[in-house]
This record gives sequence, structure tokens and C-alpha cells, in this order.
Amino acid sequence: MTQPFHIVVCAGVAPDPLQTLEPVSGPQGPALKNEMMLPAVLDPWAAHALYEADHLAKAIPGSKVWLVSMSPKPKLQQVLMTMAQKVGFELVALDGPASGFADYLQVAHALAEAIEGIAGLQRDRLLLFGGWESAGRAAGTTLALVGERLGITEQFQAVDVLRVGDDGLLEIHERTDGGKHQVSLCGGPPALLGWATGNLPEPPNSPQTGMVNMRTLMPALQKARPVGVSGGLQFTGATLPKQQRATRVVKDASVDEIAAELAAWIRG
Amino acid sequence: MEPILVLLHTEGDGALHKASLEALSVARALGCAFDVGLVGGNVNPALAQIAGCGARRVLALDGADFAVSRYSTDCPAAVALFQETLPAVVIAPCTARWQRSLPGAAARMGGAADTHLTGVALVDGEVEVSRWFYRQRIEATFRREQRPWFLLVEGGIRAPYSAQGYAPAIERLTLSVKPRTEVTGMIAPQGSTQTIRPEAELLLVAGAGWTKKQKDGAIHIEQAGKLILDLLANTNASLGSSKSLVDLSGEGHAVLPFLSHLNQVGQTGSTPRHPKGLATCCHGEEPHAVGWRFVQDRRAVNLDANCGWARGKADVVYVADAFAVMERLNALLAKR
Repeated sequence: MTQPFHIVVCAGVAPDPLQTLEPVSGPQGPALKNEMMLPAVLDPWAAHALYEADHLAKAIPGSKVWLVSMSPKPKLQQVLMTMAQKVGFELVALDGPASGFADYLQVAHALAEAIEGIAGLQRDRLLLFGGWESAGRAAGTTLALVGERLGITEQFQAVDVLRVGDDGLLEIHERTDGGKHQVSLCGGPPALLGWATGNLPEPPNSPQTGMVNMRTLMPALQKARPVGVSGGLQFTGATLPKQQRATRVVKDASVDEIAAELAAWIRG
Repeated sequence: MEPILVLLHTEGDGALHKASLEALSVARALGCAFDVGLVGGNVNPALAQIAGCGARRVLALDGADFAVSRYSTDCPAAVALFQETLPAVVIAPCTARWQRSLPGAAARMGGAADTHLTGVALVDGEVEVSRWFYRQRIEATFRREQRPWFLLVEGGIRAPYSAQGYAPAIERLTLSVKPRTEVTGMIAPQGSTQTIRPEAELLLVAGAGWTKKQKDGAIHIEQAGKLILDLLANTNASLGSSKSLVDLSGEGHAVLPFLSHLNQVGQTGSTPRHPKGLATCCHGEEPHAVGWRFVQDRRAVNLDANCGWARGKADVVYVADAFAVMERLNALLAKR
């Protein structure tokens, strides 16, 4: 029988994708205009990782999920009020910036330190989960560095599938170039999995899960250690894309005319 | 002027992918001295592709252990090549393989890695790079003091290097690795169901409108699927989808069966680089349109004349029923 896993999910907070973003210059470099006022969500890739962690923990009795997140405390609280209704986890919070412009080196260092400080975490049973990329920096570098600092040499990125065999082997499907998946067999934990979108839908809200999470969530938020992130990158500019196309709107053409024009364009 | 290592991996046939030759061009354009490091199962075919590139040294780590993309072998391979040349800057293509392993290699060398770079230049003698933040919504330029600095460059920012003259001499390194992970194969959709084609001239994006009730009050999933697949067959286009459409399939709704999350283009999907893009039944709001940042020539078919595409995001918007247009378009293209 497969031994239980200790699953740590690293998850950041990102502006709601529907929000309009505008860069402004701040003392630490670029920032988002009205950043603290923007509605936020748990980063979509990290959220998938959390859903997969919850699914795996439920499938293998004795497994446990920790959510390690760095974000300004009020934003984290706002986001977790929603997430805590969906999946069970124990929160390890860091009170720091959630900006996509923050240097990943310092963010990764702080996350690794927080993971090392988790009481009862068995490193030989550790599966480190997170988003392959993110809605902020979208670089795919932070999780890899956290893994390196924790000494995890089996790392997988853009993961869509994880299957645990009866023999404890991990079958992992990673996205690769050209819309394909690479299939690997890993000898077991410790391993790092940066998730793409996986295959699980967003779990429905569960009042019972929410109540269990709330007992530990608020104390964890209150204990959030402040983390400063500054320097590292010297930004020389941050701008919105300027290209606004002069759109030609074709309203009164027949289907035949439109199809003919499109065919000529495609062949062109 | 900082010493550079251009780190490239070969494909299954031993050749270099176009993205690798583009990364080589990025390094050459900086005008600094550089070495080339090759990793792969067999790197010999790649030597002819980099002939005359001007590298001081060409080093390689090849063999069965390095034939596949795997963090636990690629990361030490990159470190070994790095230690042999000790560059300040490493330039590599932002392929899935290097994106998976080079941030870890940079960490082992006490350095930093930046991925998805869309520009690398020397400004006042210092390396300055540009990339997009917040998923192609804000473009920023920056420098780093930290060295070594691994730069993973996106495809399409330079023309691929074209070989001239004789293949260079090669220095082979050896490295013993004992991976705990075995790569057992690849899963690729077969034949006509392979809808993602990065090299295609045209990107066709199918929005959620294909799965909605049409003017007769009914849903026409099968017809929609046939029209889309026919267009792909007629044009060899790559197929993208808006998030809402792939999410519907993930939630068990009977929608277009050939779409998966891999097709997703936009805020939470990919940002492909096709010369032309045609959006159908997709309203073109910001989360979708950010995936089109690098699609040069954009057209859309939509029933709504005020859709997002019409507000400066597409070059041409046809206000029409996509079912009717696609049917006629397929008929015209099939005649060719």
C-alpha cells in the first residue's frame, strides 16, 4: 500500500484576470496602479495544484496538505475566504508582496525557509506542488528554486497528470512543446510538481470544509511573518502595449463575400 | 562585455530546433565572445547547423542519459557545461526542456534565471532584457547584477542562425548521472486529432459561442466540430480555444471532444506566435486577447459588432454567423 504524502502547495495571489492593469513607478520599481484595491484570486495555476493536492490527499489516507503563500495579509485573507470553502489545508502564511515584479530569488528563499519551518513535515514523503507558471511573473522559476533549496532533485513542470502506483512509483505527464505530453516514472517522493491545468474542475464549496479550515486559518494569518522583498532587479521601464489596431468592422457583407475574403487572406 | 555560454539541446534526431538557432543568433547579435554547449543523445548532426557561428569553443555532453528531457539529468549537464566555461551570462532557448531545468541549474551556480525573454541587448555595456509580466499585459525592461545570469529567450525574436563553412571542432565532456526518474514515452494525439501545430501559418481560435444555442434555438455541437476540423484539414492551421470552452469540457459537458486544456490560448493558457489568427465565436475580451499578443495579422468572425475584437484588438472583424461563414469558407478552401 502506498505511504501517505506530505504535500506542500506554494501558491501566490494574483489580480483577478478581468481587471485592467496599469503599471506605475514605485520606490521599489514598477507596481500596479491601485494594486491593493484590485480584486484578487489565488493564482490560477497554483489553484489547480491545490485542487490536485486535495484530490491526492483524499485518495491516500494519512496524507496532509499545507498551503504556503506569500501575499499582503489582507489580500490573502480575502482570497482564502473563498478557497477555504473548497479544499482542506493547513495554512503557512507570509506577509509580503504578491507583485509580479518582485524578484523571484527572494520570494523563493522566503518560501523555502517557511517550508523548512513546518513542524512535522516529513521531507522524505514531501511532494512540493505549485503552479508551473503564474498570472504575475509567469516565469516558472520560483518553484524550481524552492525545490533546489529543499534539495529536491526530481522536478517536473507543466504537469497535467499524476498517478500513484501501488508500488509507490509516480507516473507524471508533463506538457512539452507542440501539444504533447512526456510520460515519466519517478521513484517516489521527494519530488516537485509544477502544475499546468491538470484535469480537475474547481471543487464546489463545502461548508464543512470551510468550518474545519477556519479554525486554523485565522490564527495562521495572524502569525504571518513579514517578508521584505527589494532590489535584485533594476527596472528601466514598464509599459502597457501601445498597439491599438485600426479595426475594420465589416457589417453588411454577405456570407459568400466574407468567406471569399477570408479564403484569399488565408491563402495569401 | 561579459563572457557568454549559449546552451542548446538537440532533438530526437540530433538536430537543433529552430528556437535553438534563434537563441544562437541572439548571442551573436550581442557581439561578445561566446562558447556553445550542446546537450543531447547525439549532437553530431547539430554541429553542421552551427558551422561558422564564431564560438570560441563548442562543448558537448551527449549519450543515452541525455537523450531525453529530464530535470535530474539536464540540470547537472547544464551545470557541467557551465563549470567548464564559467560564463557570466548563459543564453538558451525557452523550450519546455530548458525551461524545466535551467532555473534549477542557475540556482546551483548561485545565479538567477529569467525566462520568456523577448529582447536581449547591450545598453551602455550592460545586458538589458525585456519580457512581459502579468501574462503579456505589461512589458518591462530590466537588468540584474547577479551573475551568472541565465537568459531563456522566446522564439521569433531573431532569425535562426544559418550555417556557413565547416562544422566546428567539439570537446566532449563526460558526466555520470543516476536518475531516479525514467522517461517512458510521449503521448501525442494521432493524425487528424493533433490540433496544436506551433509552426502553422494560421491560428484558429474557437470560442464558447460554438457550443451555445444558435438562431434555431438548438445547439449544434457536431456541426461545429466538423466545421472546425474541416478548416484545420483545409489549412493545416493550429487550433486554440478560449478558457471558457476548455473549462466546459473539463466539467463534463458534451462539447467539442478534440479540445483540451492544451488548446487554451489567453490569460491562463498559451501565447502562440502564428503570423495569422482567426477568432470565431470568441468575444475577444482581455483575458482571451492577451494570448494573441504575438499574433501579427488578426481577424475575427462574431455576431456582435461591439465585441472586444472590434475595439482595436483585431485588424478585421466580420459581423456574421460563424457557422455559415465557416461552411462556405471550407467549401472554397477545399476546391484548391
